[in-house]
Amino acid sequence: MAKLLGLRCRECGAEYELQATHVCEMCFGPLDAVYDQAALKKKVSRQRIEQGPASMWRYRDLLPVEDDTPVVTLGEGFTPLVKAERLGAELGLRNLYLKNDSMNPTNSFKDRVVSVAISWARTHGFETIACASTGNLANAVAAYSARAGLECFVFIPVDLEPAKVVSISVFDPNVVAVRGNYDEVNRLCSQLLESTPWAFCNINIRPFYAEGSKTLTFETVEQLGWRLPHEIIIPIASGCQFVRHRQAIRELIEYGLVRDERVPALTGAQALGCAPVYNAFKSDTPERVMPVKPNTIARSIAIGNPSDGIYVNRIALETGGVVEAVTEDEIVAAMRLLARTEGIFTETAGGVTIGVLAKLAKAGRWKGDEVVVAYVTGHGLKTADVLASVDGHARRVEIDPTLKSFREKVNI
Amino acid sequence: MPQFRIPGPLRRLSEGEMTVAVDATDLGSAIEALDRRYPGFKDRLLDQNGELRQFVNVYLNDEDVRLGPGLKAKVSEKDEISIVPAVAGG
Repeated sequence: MAKLLGLRCRECGAEYELQATHVCEMCFGPLDAVYDQAALKKKVSRQRIEQGPASMWRYRDLLPVEDDTPVVTLGEGFTPLVKAERLGAELGLRNLYLKNDSMNPTNSFKDRVVSVAISWARTHGFETIACASTGNLANAVAAYSARAGLECFVFIPVDLEPAKVVSISVFDPNVVAVRGNYDEVNRLCSQLLESTPWAFCNINIRPFYAEGSKTLTFETVEQLGWRLPHEIIIPIASGCQFVRHRQAIRELIEYGLVRDERVPALTGAQALGCAPVYNAFKSDTPERVMPVKPNTIARSIAIGNPSDGIYVNRIALETGGVVEAVTEDEIVAAMRLLARTEGIFTETAGGVTIGVLAKLAKAGRWKGDEVVVAYVTGHGLKTADVLASVDGHARRVEIDPTLKSFREKVNI
Repeated sequence: MPQFRIPGPLRRLSEGEMTVAVDATDLGSAIEALDRRYPGFKDRLLDQNGELRQFVNVYLNDEDVRLGPGLKAKVSEKDEISIVPAVAGG
């Protein structure tokens, strides 16, 4: 028996057969995958998950692939959940955890969604995989297409960070550098969709792609000993990921994987240089998200026209979370803070998440014993240029290869 | 006349037409004109308050109209109005 039943519009409830489509013809609302929940409820258990592989595919039952579908995998997921003692001490949090998703095969959380998307697309006969990307998605799509032996087209803004361009190009995809920002790249791809037989990960196969995000929360909860945390801090770009984390918590409760039914507060993090969701959250009309022109170093989350923005605000309010934003200086300071205290080098988007965590902690949001988790979604080498250009490293000295020179310049 | 580009999901309403030219001077009246010719468009594009729906992006040539004057945006002879469903991030 197939567990995937079809697609359903999140807004009006209209139902569709399983197919590569992402919008409701009736109201333009987003479509979500619908599962046979009754069958899953009987099948899913902690034990079944714990016996699975040490990758996100241990949650295969809760992902949109059937039991006999061969998956395209590079061992994504099951990334470390580390207790952040030193960062926690600085922020007054005794139970702070970091989910380090920069440890994925292409060093960002996108490997989760792409592994699911390409597995689905290959099984459904697609021969070319495509995406519009701010970098991390293109990186994952290029790598997993190579792994699967599928044609690949990635569309990126022409001024993407050099490190990201290199780590995309090495997989030899067709790279289309578009003279425009991400929102413009996305619009072009939405229009191209109609004249190509391609699977665009973040567009027509998004209902399947998005599901991969849930595993980040499944793993976090399993790694906490099947306990729900009090709050999770999540970076916001389109908001697609954020919405799936709420769904993941619903499923953990529904399928009896956690005993606790207290839904964690879900809190969103944006850069002030591209904060359409935050702007709406702070306004009198949190469900009216107006687009902005992005201008931030946090390029991987610089989406001016976030498709799921209203859901982010709805979920944040429902769960007792907030949406907060930080300045460019706060982003860089947070990247340094995380590296200095925990030995984790994150990209600018991770700086946004940690920056918001620090800002909220300093503002007294927590008493100190709450279990707070921050999702660190990408590796620092992807955006190393922002550190190089900000200032020199104060603790660096240059010496001659002699003891004399060392003693003159270094106090030990 | 300004021309609408109709996306796949809405082409059932336009009897399969990919582009539809309308006689109008601003975006609001262009949507009214489109709806008179192919009833149903207004409901799809506008909410109860007569504002653009959250999941609909409308571009006048290459500019998102919500970054500018919205439905009051002036349209003229050679303008292209694209309707594009919202998409997820990357």
